[in-house]
Amino acid sequence: MNTLGTYLIIAAVLFSLGLLGVLQRRNLIGMLISVELMLNGANVNFMAFNKFLAPSPAVGQIITLFVMGLAAAEAAIGLSIIFALFRRMRSINVERAQRLRG
Amino acid sequence: MSLMVGTESFAQMAFWVVVGLTLGGAAIAVFPRNIVYNVLGLVVALAGVAGLYLFLGSFFIALMQLLIYVGAICIAIVFAIMLSRPLHLEAPQRRVPKVALATAASTIFLVATVSVGLKTKWVAATERSADWSVETIGHMLLTKYNLVFEVISLVLLVAIIGAILTAGYSRRLTS
Repeated sequence: MNTLGTYLIIAAVLFSLGLLGVLQRRNLIGMLISVELMLNGANVNFMAFNKFLAPSPAVGQIITLFVMGLAAAEAAIGLSIIFALFRRMRSINVERAQRLRG
Repeated sequence: MSLMVGTESFAQMAFWVVVGLTLGGAAIAVFPRNIVYNVLGLVVALAGVAGLYLFLGSFFIALMQLLIYVGAICIAIVFAIMLSRPLHLEAPQRRVPKVALATAASTIFLVATVSVGLKTKWVAATERSADWSVETIGHMLLTKYNLVFEVISLVLLVAIIGAILTAGYSRRLTS
């Protein structure tokens, strides 16, 4: 059970589910949720390599912490953009937000 | 001996339960149309990932995952849902070609990543230290990774100010 391959498969499934969500959904909050899933898939990969391969186990944990901090920043910015868009368009459907379309 | 086998199989069972929680929560986070179900699925999936971190040997990162992701980001998303009221808006039909193409793309990605991950012969580093302590992490954050640490805090500050400006100025412009 506790092998590198298992964790790699779990991380790949998490990332692909997130990718599917980003590609097929039109609700902006749903897309944000899917991006969080993708970031978590990457984090699981970092921690798995950290446990099974890396020379120093502290480094992978530090990288995971950095990814979490960046995810928090990304969520704050994304949610405020969603607010601004909702106030203008009365909708958070990405296919409606076409004012900048050339 | 039987006690050893008991704890071993219990740990294995717990591992698969955590994996099931993670993947099931991720599926709930992506597939249902109702956005509240999506957020609850995200909470379950992130808690499952925290359990995976426990199995990967890092209690600290598991706690951080619960604190930052489940405690902060999911709550922020719930606030966004309540403020932008997507529940009262009509949900347009999903277009079949878009869903089919998205499924095909992510399936191809999944197959490619898994096969690369399983076919590669991973070689562990020759000298591996067994130092998992929080003390080491803090020490490295303040010595070797100090620049990254400071830049991350700057990024967070700028992101917070930017979020306030983006949400506040649009109100002034529209009303």
